[in-house]
Amino acid sequence: MRMQEALRDALHTEMARDDRVFVMGEDVGLFGGAYGVTKGFIQDFGEKRVLDTPISESAIVGLAVGAAINGMRPVVEIQFSDLLPLAMDQLASHAARYNYMTGGRVNVPMVVRNKFATRSGGGPSHSSCNHGAFIHFPGLKIAMPTTPADAKGLLLSAIRDPNPVLFFESHHLYGVKGPVPEGDYTVPIGKAVVRREGKDLTIVTCGGMVLKADGAADALKAKGIDVEIVDLRSLAPLDKETILKSVAKTKRALVLDEGPVTGGISAELAALIQENLFSDLKGPVVRVAAAPIPPPHSPPLVDAMIPDVDQVVDAVMRLAEGGKIA
Amino acid sequence: MLDVNKRKTMLRQMILVRAFEEKLEELYQRKAMFGSTHSYRGQEAIAVGVCSALQKTDLIASYHRGTGHLIAKGADLYTLLCECMGREEGYSKGRGGKMHMGDMGFGFIGNTGTVGGTVPTATGAALSARVRGSKEVVASFFGDGAANQGVVHEAMNMAGLWKLPVIYVCENNQYAMTVSMEKSTAVKEYSVRGAAYGFEGKTIDGNDVEAVYDATEQAAARGRTGGGPTFLECMTYRWDGHFGGEPGTAYRTKEEIESWKQKCPIKRLKEKLIQEGNLSEAEFQKMSDQVYAELDAVAKRAEAAPLPAKKVELDAIYATSEVGRG
Repeated sequence: MRMQEALRDALHTEMARDDRVFVMGEDVGLFGGAYGVTKGFIQDFGEKRVLDTPISESAIVGLAVGAAINGMRPVVEIQFSDLLPLAMDQLASHAARYNYMTGGRVNVPMVVRNKFATRSGGGPSHSSCNHGAFIHFPGLKIAMPTTPADAKGLLLSAIRDPNPVLFFESHHLYGVKGPVPEGDYTVPIGKAVVRREGKDLTIVTCGGMVLKADGAADALKAKGIDVEIVDLRSLAPLDKETILKSVAKTKRALVLDEGPVTGGISAELAALIQENLFSDLKGPVVRVAAAPIPPPHSPPLVDAMIPDVDQVVDAVMRLAEGGKIA
Repeated sequence: MLDVNKRKTMLRQMILVRAFEEKLEELYQRKAMFGSTHSYRGQEAIAVGVCSALQKTDLIASYHRGTGHLIAKGADLYTLLCECMGREEGYSKGRGGKMHMGDMGFGFIGNTGTVGGTVPTATGAALSARVRGSKEVVASFFGDGAANQGVVHEAMNMAGLWKLPVIYVCENNQYAMTVSMEKSTAVKEYSVRGAAYGFEGKTIDGNDVEAVYDATEQAAARGRTGGGPTFLECMTYRWDGHFGGEPGTAYRTKEEIESWKQKCPIKRLKEKLIQEGNLSEAEFQKMSDQVYAELDAVAKRAEAAPLPAKKVELDAIYATSEVGRG
């Protein structure tokens, strides 16, 4: 099953099970969503629960906040993560803060799905990876599936969570196929997973970059370096335990992220690892992340901005200088 | 015309709303309150007129100048005052202060300090009512300054589109902090904007509590029967500055302030009741004395209440279970 279908499966399952769940967003109704995730929903659940909205990202998220407070479980689709800043006040100063600021009297169980990934042709307003900006706002949960199974499991957990969950779906992963458990299958938010076991070095990463980490691990295996990959799956809350356990074992860490290198999740991870494991580390924590520029349009410019397998391999080889790693 | 008892209750409520603001001002001057005040003196007829016309199951959303709305909707005075004073027993356990609370237990969705920020929240709560098929109506309080925020426009467009049961109560006190309406707004009456979103807008005398009550009752009936939203522009004036310590005279003349004090909503209803022979001066005085005495007693208790312990409540950012609709 492709990730799109897994997301559709999860959302359809939950809408059939819980009539508090409804979807709203631009083109989610008759058209079935920009990525086909809600295709056919309007026939199955009717216009009251599948709302095509005007182009008003701020109010789409804002209305979802109010509907969530008043007993519903809205699942919003924002077509591109580039458009999340339009709704920033509603996400960061409203949804994220209600539970804390009301002393737990008001909570906001809602999901904001959005597509991200830097790719050629998207350009500066349609291909941002701005997930790192949102870890700065306490109160939001942030999920980012890599496999179709996780997409289903995380989305079901997100809808059932009593908090606002920002759900990042990678453009590069929509078409990736994988097995998806049938029925009620959940993956907890806040739990990372070791995708690949290894003993020499840990790559901590998320989303589409997991595939690149895997490619790099294959290449490095041929050079005798055994790589472990930790897939975050959730950026908030961050599963510190799984990350630190892996790095404590391998004693070397590379942090890989598709978002701009400055101040994002890669910086957070690097700080987390060195603060906790400095004396155990056999080398510095290395960051490989996107260049801190707006996402460009033309393929060579995009390729230069986004980390690729070779860059990861090179960074590991630098860390392994003198063959000390093996 | 409303019966005498109802009007006397509204008179008492208006005195209470005013007395609360005066108490806050006194506490602020003595530095017994944290943060600033946003006095509601002069505007009491709006909060009381609107909330008196709503049913218990109806909801309100408020804004920074919000204590009057909460009192009129049924907030507990001690818990409210504790929150203003940063006490542990406050509505938000001291985390929110007077601009950040919410309690669905008495139909209060929430207020925040982002001007216009809760207009979509109120609209979303009304969307929930529509999807669930309930008969709730939501009153969304906001000021004239908020009327110029983009998200307010977006939310009202959706409310008109989907005929949501929401009453937009624009409290036009004629100054957005210090900038007058004529220096900030292209139209002379905000209520004309109702037409832009496909629903009725009207400008009423916001210092006439009976007029506010009647207009709200009509708007609520419209909302409950699927007739959609109403834009109620209530013309009024804030006697004091925008916040505590700001005299409000740098941008307004003393004559203008004085002329509006003559249009005091409390005085107006009081004199009308006396003229009708339904109230005596002595009875009014007794009512007023009782309200002020009651508030003094509450304030004494609140002032003696403990502050929160000095602690970072990391767990408090997320809800662990659903609070529900109260």
